[in-house]
Amino acid sequence: MNRERIYTVTDITKDIRFILEGSFSDIWVEGEVTNLTVSSAGHMYFSLKDKNSLLNCVMFRSDGARNTFTARDGLSVLCSGRISVYDKRGQYQLYAREIEPKGKGSLALAFEQLKEKLRKEGLFEAARKKPLPFFPRHVGIVTSGTGAAIRDILKIARRRNPNIEITVNPVQVQGVGVKEKIARAIDEFNEYNKWTKVSSDGHCPVQVIVVTRGGGSLEDLWPFNEEIVARAISKSQIPVVSAVGHEIDYTITDFTADFRAPTPSAAAEEVFPSMEELAIRVRQSAERLSLAAGTKIKSLEKSITVLETSYVLRAPVNVLLRMEQEIDDLKKRAVSGIRYLVELKQGKIALVASQLNALSPLAVLERGYSITFKGEKVKRLAADFKKGDSIHTKFIDGIVGSVVEKVEL
Amino acid sequence: MKNMDFEKAIEELETIVGKLEKGDTSLDASLKQYEEGIKLVRLCREKLSKAKSKINELSKNDDGNFQKEPFPEKIKNGKNIT
Repeated sequence: MNRERIYTVTDITKDIRFILEGSFSDIWVEGEVTNLTVSSAGHMYFSLKDKNSLLNCVMFRSDGARNTFTARDGLSVLCSGRISVYDKRGQYQLYAREIEPKGKGSLALAFEQLKEKLRKEGLFEAARKKPLPFFPRHVGIVTSGTGAAIRDILKIARRRNPNIEITVNPVQVQGVGVKEKIARAIDEFNEYNKWTKVSSDGHCPVQVIVVTRGGGSLEDLWPFNEEIVARAISKSQIPVVSAVGHEIDYTITDFTADFRAPTPSAAAEEVFPSMEELAIRVRQSAERLSLAAGTKIKSLEKSITVLETSYVLRAPVNVLLRMEQEIDDLKKRAVSGIRYLVELKQGKIALVASQLNALSPLAVLERGYSITFKGEKVKRLAADFKKGDSIHTKFIDGIVGSVVEKVEL
Repeated sequence: MKNMDFEKAIEELETIVGKLEKGDTSLDASLKQYEEGIKLVRLCREKLSKAKSKINELSKNDDGNFQKEPFPEKIKNGKNIT
């Protein structure tokens, strides 16, 4: 028995802790949650167990608050943290920092929990969704550089529209730290856009990001159900198209993305407008344009023809002649009208004159009558005279003096 | 107009075509619309003809600046697919 060094309980505990902390400072442990309790201070105490063993764990409130997933007894989980010793009880335990679901039941629960949380925050709201560019000049892709997804997308992109620049930000989509890598790749495209504004030497900003991976198991797709990825998508200034797994797979990424495509190929069809279709659209517009312009011109030509064949334009001279004639006519009518008036007036004068004439005593004389005066007075009756009266009689051409010889009444 | 993107250009073109098809504008306005339309057709065609397939990979260099290098299109077995 070696008595050279006798430890105090505290010393040995300290040494054990030193060894344990040195060896297990950052580890992941997989197991089933049991004996879960939450203290009034908000710290979480539980154990992880498997068939043969049990590991005591504690998760302090500050760490617990960072985790979306709320564990329950009986769920399979992955815990990250460090092993250390709780001196007072001489007990080693896992000081857990993160707790993640593992296995179908846990994953399904975690999915629902996160979905509910983000939904409450409004991350899935239609109003938040950014419209996709109709014809992006530059597309960013976050995916494995070697997967089937990128191969499918590039194939379709080349076929539909080789005009669009594509930048791949390759990430591992399986293994440890995948969610962080995906989130960072999305962030990087946003950073790149800020950088292109500064550098601006022919760099075109990324106008849409496709976050994608091909089909896989629930665990394979799991990084796309992580909060950090959802956060990166929702804060991205660039619209994000998600295409994760097969058509039946719905991930948190799909809910958060601005557009969810059922497959990588479908995403490519959505993002890359077909040059052929666009060319057809342009051609149709061009055809309609010249047709419409042609129709316009034809209708104008028609109205011109109508005008040309009209009497007015066919013989403008005729019109002038006709108008001159009319003017002449009017003139004539005016002249004759005036003449008539003049004649009318003249006639009237003559009539009046003749009437006057008729009334004149001279006119009577002209017709052979004569007027007899006695002194200065005209005498109309024989009774006015007696024998011996000196009278004179006025004729048209002169006066005859005479003496009355007898009066017969 | 040169800086107009394709979407704007085709939309405007289609609007002009619609107006012209209605035919209720004056000859002068129609001719202007036609000219504008022809310009837009040219612009759209130009935008469609600038084919330059560029597929890059994004990375950051030591200075923290972004750089783009041709994307090595390989599938898992290392065979180039192009």
